[in-house]
Amino acid sequence: MTDLLYSEEEEALRAAVRDLLTDHCAAADVIARVESGTPHDLDLWKSLAGSMGLAGLLIPEDLGGQGASHREVAVVLEELGRAVAPVPYLASAVVATEALLACGDGELLGRLATGRTIGALAVGLHVAPGAPVRTARVENGVLHGELTGIADATAADVLLVPADDGGLYAVAADAVTRTPVASLDLTRPLATVTLHGATGRRVGDAAPAVRRALRAAAGLLASEQLGVADWALTETVRYLKERKQFNRPVGGFQALKHRLAQLWLEVVGLRAAARAAADALATGEDTEITVAVAQAYAAPVAVHATEEALQLHGGIGMTWEHPVHLYLKRAKAGSLAYGTAGAHREALAELVDLRAP
Amino acid sequence: MSHTDELIGRTREFLAAHPPEQTDRLDFLRARFDAGLAWVHYPKGLGGLGAPRSLQAAVDAELAAAGAPDNDPRRIGIGLGMAAPTILEYGTEEQKRRFLRPLWTGEEVWCQLFSEPGAGSDLAALGTRAVRDGDAWVVDGQKVWTSSAHLARWAILIARTDPDLPKHQGITYFVCDMTDPGVEVRPLRQITGEAEFNEVFLTGVRIPDTRRLGEVGEGWRVAQTTLMNERVSIGGMRLPREGGMIGPVARTWRERPEARTHDLHQRLLRLWVEAEVARFTGERLRQQLAAGQPGPEGSGMKLAFARLNQEISGLEVELRGEEGLLYDDWTMRRPELVDFTGRDAGYRYLRAKGNSIEGGTSEVLLNIVAERVLGLPAEPRTDKDVAWKDLSR
Repeated sequence: MTDLLYSEEEEALRAAVRDLLTDHCAAADVIARVESGTPHDLDLWKSLAGSMGLAGLLIPEDLGGQGASHREVAVVLEELGRAVAPVPYLASAVVATEALLACGDGELLGRLATGRTIGALAVGLHVAPGAPVRTARVENGVLHGELTGIADATAADVLLVPADDGGLYAVAADAVTRTPVASLDLTRPLATVTLHGATGRRVGDAAPAVRRALRAAAGLLASEQLGVADWALTETVRYLKERKQFNRPVGGFQALKHRLAQLWLEVVGLRAAARAAADALATGEDTEITVAVAQAYAAPVAVHATEEALQLHGGIGMTWEHPVHLYLKRAKAGSLAYGTAGAHREALAELVDLRAP
Repeated sequence: MSHTDELIGRTREFLAAHPPEQTDRLDFLRARFDAGLAWVHYPKGLGGLGAPRSLQAAVDAELAAAGAPDNDPRRIGIGLGMAAPTILEYGTEEQKRRFLRPLWTGEEVWCQLFSEPGAGSDLAALGTRAVRDGDAWVVDGQKVWTSSAHLARWAILIARTDPDLPKHQGITYFVCDMTDPGVEVRPLRQITGEAEFNEVFLTGVRIPDTRRLGEVGEGWRVAQTTLMNERVSIGGMRLPREGGMIGPVARTWRERPEARTHDLHQRLLRLWVEAEVARFTGERLRQQLAAGQPGPEGSGMKLAFARLNQEISGLEVELRGEEGLLYDDWTMRRPELVDFTGRDAGYRYLRAKGNSIEGGTSEVLLNIVAERVLGLPAEPRTDKDVAWKDLSR
């Protein structure tokens, strides 16, 4: 069966990413940054993607990547989730990369692998794998239209745009208008992409590329959600050991202990489900069911963990100053990303033959 | 040569010397024990070879492939899973030699005399008394929820030997002879209609001091070994997809389109996902153990399965519609084996209610996770430093 553990190399990778984030992605800095004009931390991205070479994990070595697998990407995402790092890693190193791998576009993949070019798929963040997508119109060889809810578009150098002729087009970011919108998740901001006769290069067929990209995204998002949930649990346990009321640490009250133990159980389950999804994507075995199971389970756990974290922190959890809101917003927005838990359960109804009435 | 190859070699030699089809079942099992192939991680001379526990599976597979009889482990689970590890850790050499072989072959069935009507979650408050009388102890009290008591030759027993000490300190652990005339076993009928368990009344039962396990007053620590092994065995089975309680419900759903409703569909899919995640969690735990990295996740498996089994079996009763109003059989019986996924939906629903009580209630297990895994502080206690006889009850 599936290998659900972390290898020594994966643990070493985790340690390296965690060190970098500890030094360069403190919660206070993230809070300050999300209110600035540049919510993405592109210096952090350069360290992750360029110096550490993590943008090209999924890209074969002969195209300039690392030739690693979804298992390693999942470990990176766990750590990025744990730090709610505002970097376009999922958008570029997973979603855009998987779409280009489906199209076999070596040139763009080579650029994405270096991290110097950031890619984003111009499909709304809420779209589930296999669901219909909004497309741009092709008229006289150029692209027109308005595509909403595109994650990390403002950080991107290249947008991959599905068009009504069935093609997927690579469009330079400066050839379109990107309008940031106020987003629920401050650390994964959305934008509207407007194309007024933009020139694009057709890189392949949109449908299979988008499906593959969104499936990988849904499966690997579970690992990011694991990082978010694990932070929420760990931080809440730490706080409740310190916080005293009624002359006792609050964490000694049984009503709260049971809630945290329950949450721990959910996080343990999420870790197993997320590892199973990463491994299934890496091996290509039983992928559809395993990804759907992971994503049907992951988002509710991350939301529950961050909601509990807020409540159990009491008043301080409700302040802008405390980072728990960044995690709550990431978790709640994440529960809509790449298909809701309900959408993945509906997919399972078909996949495992438990059909609706 | 690897450990595994060496063990497979030994197993083949053993099979050649004791061909299963020409050997009496009990002779075969006794010989297997004497060859050290019963539980390879036990010491030599006590059914093992001092080998890593993970190698047992290879031996079992080799024996099964040759059509060898097994010791029917489900029938003697309490002996194998709880009494044996405790005897191994705390028994004298003489006790190990006397008890382990017939325990493993199944010639002697074991039961566990721990819980009492007044000592459930607070097991350390138990009141069954053992009073020293020369070279023996005289035991009086009542035990409850004892499976296999009516079949058992021996019991592991904890009893209070010093009521003047705080409750955890005055307990001693014994091996009790279930054929003693002072032992009375009565079936305890449960909500399913049958009696898997018993009440055991102990009246003037004489236990020689040579059947004490561990030191006088050390019984609570000895019992921890027993209880840890109980929880491992409850949460630890390996399952294929839809291998647990979810399997029969999924089959019913597929076979009976007319029973489907939107509400049941939503609940079924949620539980299917949770059952699959629990299966991954169990598999991950096993992989950690095999890799020599045991994690704290084991503490959670019983909690997860208890809740899932209850919700799934509850859903199944509803899915059966009009049939859900029926029950297969209320006859009072004494089943020798219990199958949580056996019989009808109604039985499964009722039996699963015990899953969050037996072997540690879910509430106590949540405390254990909170304190031992998450390191949260214990509740303030008023019972720890008070003599047992002065506790309120």
